[in-house]
Amino acid sequence: MKTTKLITRRRAIIAGLASVGGVVLSRYPEDLPPTHGNLLRMGDTLTYAAHRALLPRQSLVREYTSKDITSFPATGTTDPGAREGAPFGDAYRQLRSGAFADWRLSVEGRVATPRTFSLAELKELPSRTQITRHTCEEGWTAIGQWTGVPLSQVLDAAGILPTARFVVFHAFDGWIDSIDLLDALHPQTILAYGMNGQDLPIPHGAPVRLRVERQLGYKSMKYLQRIVVTDEFEDGGEVGNIQNGWAWYTGI
Amino acid sequence: MELASKRSTRVEVETASGQSTAVRPHARWVRTSHWIVTVSFLTLAFTGVEILMVHPRLYWGVAGNELTPALLELPISRNYRHGGWDKPTPFFADVDGPISASRTFEIFNQNGWGRSLHFLAAWCLVLPGAVYLFAGILGGHFRSYIWPRAGELAPRHFWREVVDHLHLRIPPATGGPHYGLLQKCSYSTVVFVAAPLMVMTGLAMSPAVTAAFPFLLDIFGGYQSARTIHFFTFVALLLFLFVHVVMVVKSGFRRQIRAMTVGE
Repeated sequence: MKTTKLITRRRAIIAGLASVGGVVLSRYPEDLPPTHGNLLRMGDTLTYAAHRALLPRQSLVREYTSKDITSFPATGTTDPGAREGAPFGDAYRQLRSGAFADWRLSVEGRVATPRTFSLAELKELPSRTQITRHTCEEGWTAIGQWTGVPLSQVLDAAGILPTARFVVFHAFDGWIDSIDLLDALHPQTILAYGMNGQDLPIPHGAPVRLRVERQLGYKSMKYLQRIVVTDEFEDGGEVGNIQNGWAWYTGI
Repeated sequence: MELASKRSTRVEVETASGQSTAVRPHARWVRTSHWIVTVSFLTLAFTGVEILMVHPRLYWGVAGNELTPALLELPISRNYRHGGWDKPTPFFADVDGPISASRTFEIFNQNGWGRSLHFLAAWCLVLPGAVYLFAGILGGHFRSYIWPRAGELAPRHFWREVVDHLHLRIPPATGGPHYGLLQKCSYSTVVFVAAPLMVMTGLAMSPAVTAAFPFLLDIFGGYQSARTIHFFTFVALLLFLFVHVVMVVKSGFRRQIRAMTVGE
C-alpha cells in the first residue's frame, strides 16, 4: 500500500513535468532571437519562449471607455527636433514646419513591393480606435485613446514575404527596435496618428507612432520614419535596446 | 520499506507532543529549496527596491502616473518629487480633465538590468517553488509539518505561544521539521498566502499575461492596485525574514544552520 503511494507520487511528478515540457517544446519558437548574450538576457529569452509557448497567440488587451482616459506624461524623447545635433533633428524640424505633409513612412526589406506611405495614404486605409493602458517600465500607467491603421494592413499593402519573421522600426530620435511577426500582426498593433481624438501631439510621437499593446511602453516607438521587414533578428546596433542594456521582449 | 520506517519515526515524534528532541533532520529537497528561495528572494528584494526607486509612487486602480495623485509617495530616490515637467496641456476642452506634460528632468533609472534581473530571479523562485509546492502537497510534508493541527489552534494554546514569543522564550532548535504553532502559522502564511499573492500580483502587471487572463486585473482592481499589493506583500515578507532570522539566532544559530545545510 505504502509502496504504491510512493510510485504514484513519483509518477504524478514525472507526468506533470513531462506534460509541461512537452507543451513548451512543441510550441517553442523555432528560432529564438539571439538576445541571450548574458545571464540577464537568458531570463528575458525564457520569458519570451514561455509566453510564445503557453499564452494564447492573439488575445486582445483590455480596452477602456473614454471616461477612463487619464493624464499622460510624455517621457524619453519629447521632441526630436529640439536637440541640436540630433541624428534626424533637422529633417524632423523641416517636416514639422510643413505640418508633416512631406513626411513619408518607408516600408522596405522583405516585402514584395517596397513603398512609402504619406500621412494621407495611411489615413485612407481602414482605421482602428482603441482606448488602452500604456504600461511604462518605470512603473506608471496611463490610459489613452489611439487611432491609427493596423500594422498588418500596411504590411499587407506592401506584400510581406513568407520568410519574414521580424519587423524593425527606425525613428526620428535615432532609436531602432523590432518586434516579432506575432506582435506585428496582432489586431491591436497599430500605427497611431491620433491620440484622444486629435492629431498625435509632438511629445507623444507625431506624426505617427507604433502601439504594441501587449508589451511595455518603450516598445511603442514614437516618431516613426522607416519600417524594415527582416528574415533575421537584428539587434539595432548601438542604438538598439539590447546593446543599451534593455530587454528586447517586454511582454514580461 | 524505507518509507515505512520514516513513517514510524514521524509517529513517535507526534506522540511526544512536539516537545521531544527531533530525530528527523530536514529532507534534502527541503534544504535545497530553502536556499534557492533565499537567494532568489534576496535578489528579488534588491532589484524590486531598485525598480521602486525609479517610480517611488504607489496608486490604487488601473492607472497612475506623475500627473495624477498618488496613494503614497516613498522618499527613496532622487525621483521622489523631482518636479521637472513643462507646461501642462489639456487633452480636451475641459481644462480640469486629463492633461499631457513632458518630462524635462533626467531621472534615476537602472531598470535595464534591474527589471531583467528581477524576472530572472522570479523564474529561479517560481520554478523550484512549484516543485516544492507539488512535492510538499503530494509527499505529505505540508500536512505533517507545516499545516497547524486543529487541536493546536485552541485560543488558549495560541495565546500562550504568543506570550512566550513576546518574552523571547524560544524553545531550542530541534534540528528538523518539528515546528511550534506560531512557526507553522507563519510558514503556512508565507507559502500559501504571501508567495502566491506575490506571483499573482506580479503576473497582473504583465501586459501579455493580462491580455490572456484579464481576471488577474479584476481580482486586484487594476494594474496599479496589483503593484501596490505587490509592494505591501513584499514588506510583510521582509518582516517575516527579519523575525525568522531573529528566531534562528535565539533558538541556536549554529544548530539551525547545520540542520538547514548539511542536515546534521
